[in-house]
Amino acid sequence: MADTNIPTIQERTDQLEGIGCKRKRVEDVRFTQGRGNYVDDVKLPGMLFGDFVRSPFAHARIKNINKDSALAVPGVVAVITAEDLIPLNLHYMPTLAGDVQAVLAHEKVLFQNQEVAFIVAKDRYAAADGVEALTIEYEELEPLMDPYKAMDENAPVLREDLEGKTEGAHGPRTHHNHIFTWTAGDEAATQQAFDKADVVVKEYLAHPRVHPCPLETCGSVADMNPITGQLTLWGTFQAPHVVRTVASLISNIPEHKIRVIAPDIGGGFGNKVGVYPGYVMSIVGSIVLKKPVKWIEDRMENLSTTAFARDYHIEAELAATKDGKILGMRSHVLADHGAFDACADPSKYPAGMYHICSGSYDIGAAFCSVTGVYTNKAPGGVSYRCSFRVTEAVYTIERIIEVLAIKLGMDAAELRQKNFVQPEQFPYTSAFGWEYDSGDYPTAMKKAMDAIDYDDLREEQSKMVDDFKAGKSREIMGIGVSFFTEIVGAGPSKNCDILGIGMFDSCEIRVHPTGAAIARLGAKSQGQGHETTFAQILASETGIAADMITIEEGDTDTAPYGLGTYGSRSTPVAGAAAARAGRKIKYKAQLIASHLLEVHHDDLEWDVDGFAIKGAPQKRKSMKEIAWAAYNNVPDGMEMGLEAVDYYDPPNFTYPYGAYFCVLKIDVDTGVYKIERFYALDDCGTRINPMIIEGQVHGGLTEAFAVAMGQLIDFDETGNVIGASLMDFFLPTAVETPHWETDHTEVPSPHHPIGAKGVGESPHVGGVPAFSNAVNDAFRPFGGIQTHMPHTAANIWAYAKSLGLTDQ
Amino acid sequence: MIPGDFDYLRPKTKSEALVMLRDGGDEARPIAGGHSLIPMMKLRMAAPEKVVDLGGLADLKHISIEKDITIGAATTQHQLIESGALFDACPILRETALLIADPQIRYCGTLGGNVANGDPGNDMPALMQCLDASYIIESASGKREIKARDFYHAAYFTALETGELITAIRFKTPEAGHGYSYQKLKRKVGDYATAAAAVTLSMSEDNVTGASVALTNLADTPLYVAEAADILTSSPLSADTIKEAVKAAEAMMAPAADGRGSSEYRTRMGGVMVQRAIEAAVERADKTPKKGGLFGWLRG
Repeated sequence: MADTNIPTIQERTDQLEGIGCKRKRVEDVRFTQGRGNYVDDVKLPGMLFGDFVRSPFAHARIKNINKDSALAVPGVVAVITAEDLIPLNLHYMPTLAGDVQAVLAHEKVLFQNQEVAFIVAKDRYAAADGVEALTIEYEELEPLMDPYKAMDENAPVLREDLEGKTEGAHGPRTHHNHIFTWTAGDEAATQQAFDKADVVVKEYLAHPRVHPCPLETCGSVADMNPITGQLTLWGTFQAPHVVRTVASLISNIPEHKIRVIAPDIGGGFGNKVGVYPGYVMSIVGSIVLKKPVKWIEDRMENLSTTAFARDYHIEAELAATKDGKILGMRSHVLADHGAFDACADPSKYPAGMYHICSGSYDIGAAFCSVTGVYTNKAPGGVSYRCSFRVTEAVYTIERIIEVLAIKLGMDAAELRQKNFVQPEQFPYTSAFGWEYDSGDYPTAMKKAMDAIDYDDLREEQSKMVDDFKAGKSREIMGIGVSFFTEIVGAGPSKNCDILGIGMFDSCEIRVHPTGAAIARLGAKSQGQGHETTFAQILASETGIAADMITIEEGDTDTAPYGLGTYGSRSTPVAGAAAARAGRKIKYKAQLIASHLLEVHHDDLEWDVDGFAIKGAPQKRKSMKEIAWAAYNNVPDGMEMGLEAVDYYDPPNFTYPYGAYFCVLKIDVDTGVYKIERFYALDDCGTRINPMIIEGQVHGGLTEAFAVAMGQLIDFDETGNVIGASLMDFFLPTAVETPHWETDHTEVPSPHHPIGAKGVGESPHVGGVPAFSNAVNDAFRPFGGIQTHMPHTAANIWAYAKSLGLTDQ
Repeated sequence: MIPGDFDYLRPKTKSEALVMLRDGGDEARPIAGGHSLIPMMKLRMAAPEKVVDLGGLADLKHISIEKDITIGAATTQHQLIESGALFDACPILRETALLIADPQIRYCGTLGGNVANGDPGNDMPALMQCLDASYIIESASGKREIKARDFYHAAYFTALETGELITAIRFKTPEAGHGYSYQKLKRKVGDYATAAAAVTLSMSEDNVTGASVALTNLADTPLYVAEAADILTSSPLSADTIKEAVKAAEAMMAPAADGRGSSEYRTRMGGVMVQRAIEAAVERADKTPKKGGLFGWLRG
């Protein structure tokens, strides 16, 4: 009963909307109509509301907390302090970095806005009234705000709870404010490279403290059922399964009695990887009060307490021959981790993948060290739209290579081209030991330079320099080059784990009798479009149209265990699991088809959405027919049903790369800049949905623009956080955001099942140095070497003034 | 970001509103667009017991253009921008209003609220000083007028007494052919000024026959640069006189260092804004020769 009127291969391929299709985002149907379901949309009968009383001081001793005034507020049902948590051993919680963090401050506060007491009330307004009413007496202590002073002999002791602890999670602690010192690479070989070099450059590069600032802030709703002992926890979790395990470990509730649900998430960018006191307190509140408790932070709480990023103070060095061959690379970083080490990195790597900092270049010897210290600032250290510390790493190499170009008197693009890892060198093992999977850097660079007319731009720049020097113009021009290589898709369990759990990911598929399907994954979309793209991978692998596949994530009772979404790991890891689970479905489908067509399965071939007998394409069984048969007519000895599950532990990371160019003009009298062009060429391997890739690149570039040109979480000398509201913290609107030109090359990953590498973070990682380099490049003809982010108009003006270009 | 308890009152007439404000005393605050008061209440930096909403008072929304221009205090920024007649008579109002916040906020934000609050970041106070406007102030017991140039004492401290309400703003219709410019440097859409300057002037050939300069967000009140008029009208316009006017303006500035920049930067930018505003105003001014003394626009 072969089909008599089979659509053509092309028609059937189009109908699948599989890999390579610009499929519209299916999730946008609900998001654009206000029908998303976020954590603050969770409303349960009898639900109570929690709010924090926070410290006004960066460093102070808590002398006294008087609960009476807050308890007297109508509607307030509980006031919880650290004293109440001590008997439960919950006043501290473990962090992902092997430290502990105070859930509620005990005896001392260590940063401004630290959580001191949790007020629970019958409505949100009463909770806020309770917060205002609570009286706490503090004795101010000397704050430590400058990381460079953290390890001074007489620096104040911040962490009294660690007294006498000379061994941290990452080796010995040499000072009471020291967290770890971590190194990678070969120090002696690098020293030798520097000794024999003709030219050495060294520069301080600041990567200031910023914040991911997702549109939706963090929050949770905990519902402990006192009858069943079941805890249900809704929350803003990029990694819901990890939250379940951590919640079980710290609460001693058996893991099967905890259900974690991450509903729709309004952006994460690393902000929603960690575990925060608010989550813990909503659980504690629900256990104690036997009612659901909701906690949602406001914007200022989000910016000032949950998950800063960066705060790396980098010394970078390059050694080279006089004709520009780089011989060695060295970098020392002082990392300001705030009051608790709550960085979100794979457990073995306290500085994440910072040792990707040799970049896209064939450098013989390299060494880096990172020293983490405590200060009186909020904890965090998350990867803001990047794999672990990769933005910092790429900034290091992409800035210092510009400084080397200045020293050598060479063009910055030419110096890069001269040092590229060449296509024939892949798989390439870097001096830090990473095995870059694939790439063709020279082709990507050439395509990009041709696209923007690089030589013409340099000519225009030089003419503008002449005009400026001749007094004809007050504008200067910068061309920022960035050629980045990322390391994403954490990751192989031999390298990566979180609290001992390997960083695999998973996919489980059930094909229904009618040929529709549901697939669940261990990843968790926060806007990346998983419901669209994972269905496309499965469509190509199984021949079931993407529109017939539901993708579900975020509910730990239904989704297979996975490590979540961050570090561009969804496509490299969960996407691979999806492809492999799809192949398992296809394999069983082939056996069923062979049974139905009464031929050996080796005599069948896949033809887009079914199997046909080799040489007789009209004799075929579509997936739809096979799915039906899976529930009523399978070969002897085969189980009924059509389901598969795959847990994928990747053999390697993936290494997306790209060539970015930023062209800007600066009015030196105000420091105001205008981005004239921004061109981004990305190679993320196989492209699953070009439209979603373009959207990802636009978003990542916009966040790169924000970081490079304006974002800063700053503090005054007494530890007051400055800039923790959207009045000051720079979120570009459509008006400020430049126009983006996107482009691509496509060199697949050799080890990934479909060759995809991940793209969500590339534009951020590559974009930050492109902007910064453009600003710095504008000043190169006037003797400029290094000016720091954020490149606000005020900072650009001050730098122009320091070079004598304005206000003389 | 959750306000405390308050009573919400919505009067139907101006006199009803004035009685509510009188009865409420220090614990009552009028609210129009709410873009200053509501954030302050959410931060619990303001905790009025009674909020008197002026949104229902049609008699506070009007624009009349005669020898004087009179604008009702509850007229929104959007209505200022939309009025073609107002643009023809006094185009700097639209130019300034378009630099306030964003369209959504301008649909709600009012001229009266902008000038009454005493926030040095607001743009309209400096413009009103530039135009030498008067605020018409009413209370349950009477009515008075005060010059914008005399109204501001310190940040959030103004000449407005408890129970009083600014009901209208009035200023002389500027001479036809005058030059004008409001120059505002800001970090992004919606931001307060890093520095801003309002300039109006009239010209006859190369001579500035009258000028007015005022500054936004460069001290804890708006600043009227009285000296600038004398400098600009003292001799034929030149780069030097402009520079001297800029210096006079800079001498008055005392901006705080903040996220927008250091005090030095903001002061210097104040100077750049004054310079660019004068240059733009000169560019726009009708320079046809005018007879001395006519319309009283000549100096002296």
